[in-house]
Amino acid sequence: MSETAQQRHVHQEPDRDLDHPHPETVFGFWVYIMTDCMIFASLFAVFAVQRTAYAGGPNGHDLFDLKSTLLETFLLLTSSTTCGYAMVCLHQRRQNLMGLFLLLTLACGLGFVGLEVSEFLKLIAENAGPDRSAFLSAFFILVGTHGLHVTCGMLWMLVLLFDIFIRKRGLPPVIGRRLLAFSLFWHFLDIIWICLFTFVYLNGYLT
Amino acid sequence: MFGKLAFNQIPISSPIIMVAVAFEVIAALAVLSFITKKHGWGYLWREWLTSVDHKKIGVMYIIVALVMLLRGFVDAMMMRTQQAIADGSNTGFLPPHHYDQFFSEHGVIMIFFVAMPLIIGLMNIVVPLQIGTRDVAFPFLNSVSLWLVVAAALLLNISLAIGDFAKTGWVAYPPLSELTYSPDVGVDYYIWVLQLSGFSSLFTGINFFVTIVKRRAPGMGFFRMPIFTWTAFCTVMLMMIAFPILTVALALLAFDRYCGTHFFTNDLGGNAMMYVNLFWAWGHPEVYILMLPAFGVYSEVFPTFAGKPLFAYRTMVYATVCITVLSFMVWLHHFFTMGSAASVNAFFGIMTMIIAVPTGVKIFSWIFTIYGGRLRFTVPVLWSLGFIITFTIGGMTGVILAIPGNDYVLHNSLFLVAHFHNVLIGGVLFGMFAGYNYWFPKAAGFTLNEAWGKAAFWFWITGFYVAFMPLYILGFMGMTRRLAHYDNPAWQPYLILAFFGAVLISIGIFCQVAQLYISIRDRALNRDLTGDPWNARTLEWSIPSPPPFYNFARTPHVESIDAFWMEKQNPSKSSSPEYVDIELPKNTASGFIIGVLDGVLAFGLIWHIWWLAILTLIGITATVIARAFQSEVDYTIPAAKIAQLEAARTQT
Amino acid sequence: MLRVAKRYPLTLLPVFALSACNMDVLQPAGPVGVREARLLAETTGAMLIVVIPVFILTILFAWRYRDGAPERRYNAKFSGSTPIELTIWGIPLAIIIVLGVMDWRSTLALDPFKPLPGHMPTLRIDAVSMDWKWLFIYPDQHVATIDQLVIPTGTQIAFSITSDTVMNVFFIPRLGTQIYAMAGMQTQDHLLAKNPGTFRGISANFSGEGFPEMHFSTKAVSPRDFAAWITQTQSAPGNLDAAAYAKLKKPGVQDAPAIFGHADPALFEAILHEDSGTPAPPHKNTPPPVKAQ
Repeated sequence: MSETAQQRHVHQEPDRDLDHPHPETVFGFWVYIMTDCMIFASLFAVFAVQRTAYAGGPNGHDLFDLKSTLLETFLLLTSSTTCGYAMVCLHQRRQNLMGLFLLLTLACGLGFVGLEVSEFLKLIAENAGPDRSAFLSAFFILVGTHGLHVTCGMLWMLVLLFDIFIRKRGLPPVIGRRLLAFSLFWHFLDIIWICLFTFVYLNGYLT
Repeated sequence: MFGKLAFNQIPISSPIIMVAVAFEVIAALAVLSFITKKHGWGYLWREWLTSVDHKKIGVMYIIVALVMLLRGFVDAMMMRTQQAIADGSNTGFLPPHHYDQFFSEHGVIMIFFVAMPLIIGLMNIVVPLQIGTRDVAFPFLNSVSLWLVVAAALLLNISLAIGDFAKTGWVAYPPLSELTYSPDVGVDYYIWVLQLSGFSSLFTGINFFVTIVKRRAPGMGFFRMPIFTWTAFCTVMLMMIAFPILTVALALLAFDRYCGTHFFTNDLGGNAMMYVNLFWAWGHPEVYILMLPAFGVYSEVFPTFAGKPLFAYRTMVYATVCITVLSFMVWLHHFFTMGSAASVNAFFGIMTMIIAVPTGVKIFSWIFTIYGGRLRFTVPVLWSLGFIITFTIGGMTGVILAIPGNDYVLHNSLFLVAHFHNVLIGGVLFGMFAGYNYWFPKAAGFTLNEAWGKAAFWFWITGFYVAFMPLYILGFMGMTRRLAHYDNPAWQPYLILAFFGAVLISIGIFCQVAQLYISIRDRALNRDLTGDPWNARTLEWSIPSPPPFYNFARTPHVESIDAFWMEKQNPSKSSSPEYVDIELPKNTASGFIIGVLDGVLAFGLIWHIWWLAILTLIGITATVIARAFQSEVDYTIPAAKIAQLEAARTQT
Repeated sequence: MLRVAKRYPLTLLPVFALSACNMDVLQPAGPVGVREARLLAETTGAMLIVVIPVFILTILFAWRYRDGAPERRYNAKFSGSTPIELTIWGIPLAIIIVLGVMDWRSTLALDPFKPLPGHMPTLRIDAVSMDWKWLFIYPDQHVATIDQLVIPTGTQIAFSITSDTVMNVFFIPRLGTQIYAMAGMQTQDHLLAKNPGTFRGISANFSGEGFPEMHFSTKAVSPRDFAAWITQTQSAPGNLDAAAYAKLKKPGVQDAPAIFGHADPALFEAILHEDSGTPAPPHKNTPPPVKAQ
């Protein structure tokens, strides 16, 4: 049983290289995203079961404001783009520009969550809160879970920005790894939103 | 200020509960004072509570499981005693209020706090050693997983003294578990205890999946992986896919109870059957999450003690993968009697029976592993043989129940109770006991006492048959489960018989406690100096017992299955004495702190103490962020130091 | 039971040895139960084909290849054999195919929503599980009972079942097939009692504190006696309307069975939809009702 060159390569070298982030961490994050997919899949299934359980209350056509939803979509898609640019800057080691793009991402995310919260408040004020019908319960929890993910993502972004710029940690490999994982997470939320927009809002509005 | 919490929530007026609480408090105080007396707090904190070493985490999981096994067994004894006497005018000693909590707790404890910690504990100790690595992929996450389970277990025990636990059965079907029908905190305890332990399992799933995919020793392709690692691999995949569904089901139930939503309520469009579907979409894979690692243990025990390779290794792997995939396609068999279309029932019945094929193949493979061998009747082998016989009966009754026409008369009967105890005790628990006896010397450095181990086995298996065979008959007699009281004198003799079975099992448990005590007392005599007490086949036996904290001084190179056996047959002469630097994770208190805070958070949520919940949530977030800000989470042991340690070891 | 015992005497031997009576599930009193008891015996028999060899081989091999047995039996290299592997996949597979066919046929035949085969008179009964009692409404006779079921022999009973509160299971072990009672949903069960007798009826799903006492007696009487019982009941006092039902909803265990001389036949539909939030009758989970013949 002897130590081999291959072994040394796998266990020690990559950790020191920004362009090849620790393979386990990123792979692990992919795996986590898959489990999160299961959460959303379950919630989508619940919504599919309850989508017509209006219990005499309002339905999607009565409630949804597609203009605001379109704006939310636009904000989130833009944030995904800026997040992508931030990753490009990361690979070019342009730290300040990357920070700028991350701030833009954060602003878009903030706008998105703000719109969502105001939509929720409006619905609750119209007596169409989550306790009105099973359809609304499923709507609030499914959309709200996505919103909660976006909020957590923003918190994560703040922590990363704080770490990089205020604590002046810069871009060591570990931060690069986290930024990569964060961008995966952010794009994942974008994809979930596309499904939400299609199956919840558009479909709900048209029926 | 304290939400729903008040002094009258402590059941002072019920003597049984107070005696149980007093017993638990005294036991806890005894342990605490023992540690204080031995000045063990510093040691405990440095070496165990803050440890991220997979071996120590595994040991702690198993300690949790064994302690909770005692607790869950006390619940079982209560139920057996009650049912043995509560016929006709005799209402027994437990009112439904307590009896209903006991059977709910029993189920939750045995699944989430005995079976799960046992399999996860064994996986923690064994998998990294079997694949030749120094730790799991995410050691800190591993520590978080452990402390979440501990917090959940403590919370469950607190429910005994403060408030009530759920009175709904361990499945907590709505509408019974909704606020309308269960207004007290029992179901809230249930929800948060399960959420904590569910998150723990999810994290473990991710952690071990990545560990097995990424950290196998060089040369160890998937088809050179030891079979226990294979079963662990399939189990963690099931955990990753199944546990999020449970998380969602319980979260929605919590929303119904806390926010007035209508997912599962009777009114305003709620659909209780959706909970049932979600619960079993997790619940059936869960059965295999528990079962597969036990299959893995048997697949290690038989080859080792028969002194020959596992029969049809590849077939075993394929059978395991078959079971993994099929386990997601059978959940409806838990509710054939909820009025699904006949063709749907028939389909799920057939899917369920198909699982019996790979399972049958496995059983024959173990039998043919014995064929042509030299089987040593050690304690692990006894458990494994007992498993084959017992589990086969459980499998047979399982196939019987899988046919909807049979289930129409046996659903929810004691026949069903006997069936799943038959597979969970005869399958999972026997496997875990086999694994406990088999790997104990690896973890502790000395073997367990054989005589007491054998006595434990014989009491357990006899007790099992005496306790559960009458339950099959009671099922035919039309006795349903969860009865605190009944009006049918014909049932009583069988229930009394079952009670005596439980008494035999309790003697078996006593023997296990004695075995552990005597083995620790006489450890000087039983010390495992070779690291390979059983003449075994896989890598974990190639290193000393207990393993050094870095596991492998030199990373092994694998060229076949049963790598260590092959190495023993043809020792390679060219092993270079050269050591390299080893990087290991530093201990951290963060996992422990997160576990404690999560427990407090859950307590706040259960009792509607919102300020506490918010404070602990902030605390948890702060701990995670603080952890993220730490830059040096690993440390390096220089090669020279390894050489020194290894030299010191070989000298003594 | 006798038919089952005649055809499969060996399977049932241990059962007889333990207890000759009280085996409700194995001593069915109607055709549904008979079919199910037979299925039980057949499937057990089929499984024993593979289970018994497992027992024999395990014990035989464990002893024959024990440590200390003659050395020539030891074969350290034996780790696979294609014929054996094919056999150990093949035999379970073959048995499961046979059982699969049995499963498919029996499940379609035993569908509780389907009326029993053959022409026979049918009686409709609506069953409602409450906390913790059973309410039976005879919609065509306009009477109702609590915790007591009287049925005519030789007559198919078409049960429509729902729950007022939590989930329960409607089950008369000696008649066969059980089925869940769930609020807002209607399940159905078709049962028949061949001969007069009294059978225990239970809830087979835990439903709370009073659950253990939630049983009822099922009295099967000849059609003539049944007609007499109906006439007698119809003249009894008690009127089960919405107001009386509201009183009944109070959770509690029923001390003694009760009867209502008059019951509103529309009550069952009302219970079914009471929580849906919409007055519109066709509920999403309600299958089309089975017509009485």
